[in-house]
Amino acid sequence: MKLTEEERAMLAGALGKVPQIAIEHQIQVGDFLHAEDFVPVTQAHIMADTESLGEEGVRWLESLALEDGGNARVRVPTITDPRGTDFAKTSVLKQPERFLELERRTITAFRKLGVSMTDTCINYQTIQAPTRGESVAFGDTGVVIYSNSICGARSNYEGGPSALSAGLTGRTPRYGFHLDAQRRATIRIRTDWTPKSLNEWGALGGLIGQLAGNYWAVPVVEGLEGSPGSDAMKHFGAAMASFGSIALFHLVGITPEAVRIEDCGGEHLPVSHRIGEADVRALAAQYGGDSDIDVVVFSAPQLSLYELRTLAGLCEGRKFSKPLLAMTSPQVKPDSDRFGYTERIESAGGHVMSGMCFYQSYAREIAEANGWKKLATNSTKLVNILGGYGYKPMLASMERCVEAAEKGRLA
Amino acid sequence: MKELIARHGIGKPVTGEALVAHDGFSARYDLDRIGGTFSRPTHKLAGQSYVGKILVLDTTKGGVASAWMLREMASRGIIPLALVFNTVNPILAQGAAFGNVTMLAGFDDDITAQVPNGSRVEIDPATRTLRLL
Repeated sequence: MKLTEEERAMLAGALGKVPQIAIEHQIQVGDFLHAEDFVPVTQAHIMADTESLGEEGVRWLESLALEDGGNARVRVPTITDPRGTDFAKTSVLKQPERFLELERRTITAFRKLGVSMTDTCINYQTIQAPTRGESVAFGDTGVVIYSNSICGARSNYEGGPSALSAGLTGRTPRYGFHLDAQRRATIRIRTDWTPKSLNEWGALGGLIGQLAGNYWAVPVVEGLEGSPGSDAMKHFGAAMASFGSIALFHLVGITPEAVRIEDCGGEHLPVSHRIGEADVRALAAQYGGDSDIDVVVFSAPQLSLYELRTLAGLCEGRKFSKPLLAMTSPQVKPDSDRFGYTERIESAGGHVMSGMCFYQSYAREIAEANGWKKLATNSTKLVNILGGYGYKPMLASMERCVEAAEKGRLA
Repeated sequence: MKELIARHGIGKPVTGEALVAHDGFSARYDLDRIGGTFSRPTHKLAGQSYVGKILVLDTTKGGVASAWMLREMASRGIIPLALVFNTVNPILAQGAAFGNVTMLAGFDDDITAQVPNGSRVEIDPATRTLRLL
């Protein structure tokens, strides 16, 4: 990679051991992916739940925070993805203390490095959405695909070590979706059906992710009607990223780089897939069933204030026989409290949890501790993930999930 | 001896037994990382141990967690010997760099059709070469 004078100084250790470790890692990745140079970034966002880090990752993070006399700090605003718990709700989840201790140690290390513990995967709704053309280093696939596609920003998937490195150096290797050529459509999909509910948007996104198939594919989709809102695009993108590892999509007439199909180069592509309602229903049916449930979860991505408002309305006058967990960000939770949404959900027997996400919270261990196997959710991303954790996940609308929490059965 | 050349390589040279499937890979979605097996019921390698094997798969799937997880798996010795993919997302590149894991990616022909399951394979990341022994 071509390095600037400042980057060479970092690599030589002239700016400290921590930036040196960070840029060495970035050059390894950049070389692997044939990046020519670095691009400056304005923000970084780190996925770092301790289930992923384990003891090894936490020790590495602690040792990094102690380097350079404990004075190393991130150079650009650097924020965090959800943590593995809500410390106010650990008794509900029954997480082992040893996991909570890993969480505390991780938070301490990040704070030493100047990282802001925002603990959210919806930072584009709650912290600061990036603008078109802005280069950022975001972790969490849902954050990346939304920022690239809806905001027109530029990010690759940046795993925890790489996002932290970007925060520490203020730059990231210039490859993938930082390059104009990589942002052109590679697969053209037409649909004659526009989803209504969030679970339908998620299922359509998941199906497109499956069809597109890999990180370097960029689907362009024609035929959607109207202007889907932010929560719809959140579920659509998160599921597409989850099922297909996709980081950028274009919706003709909707997303900023495809006002016309010609804008993203899609007019030269043959229509490779035509999707109808039946195709989306077929994907959703893989996570269907008329069945008893053990737990209802709304998470992945964290809920917006509007989703909590809707959920609070659905909880009115009900008494749950099964646990209902709703997970949101620490930025949204205080407003949910102020507007009475939290009280309405919890009066019915639910729990509103802050700063965490279900699948990043030792999902296997809490399933065993609580006897949870059959899980109902409106998140297509979540049903895709939880099969590997031993759950039987079921996909349904928010309305049906709330009813299932009351009756103990998904009808 | 058949040689296949990849576009991307990282890590140290290794030799071992190939475990092959035309399916995806995500450390979070697909693995029981404690037991060292594929745990996603619908994965083509469901129930099989990946420990010490050279995994030859189609592509990487899902999220960013693998960037941390490969190092954590390596620290316990419950990890594949190497990873080989037709296409790879940056997360596996980052994870391989962070965890010192050998990996090749990017082949002109489907690598999962070129390498027989159970065959003995040599990986040389410096020359981005996979050799069938």
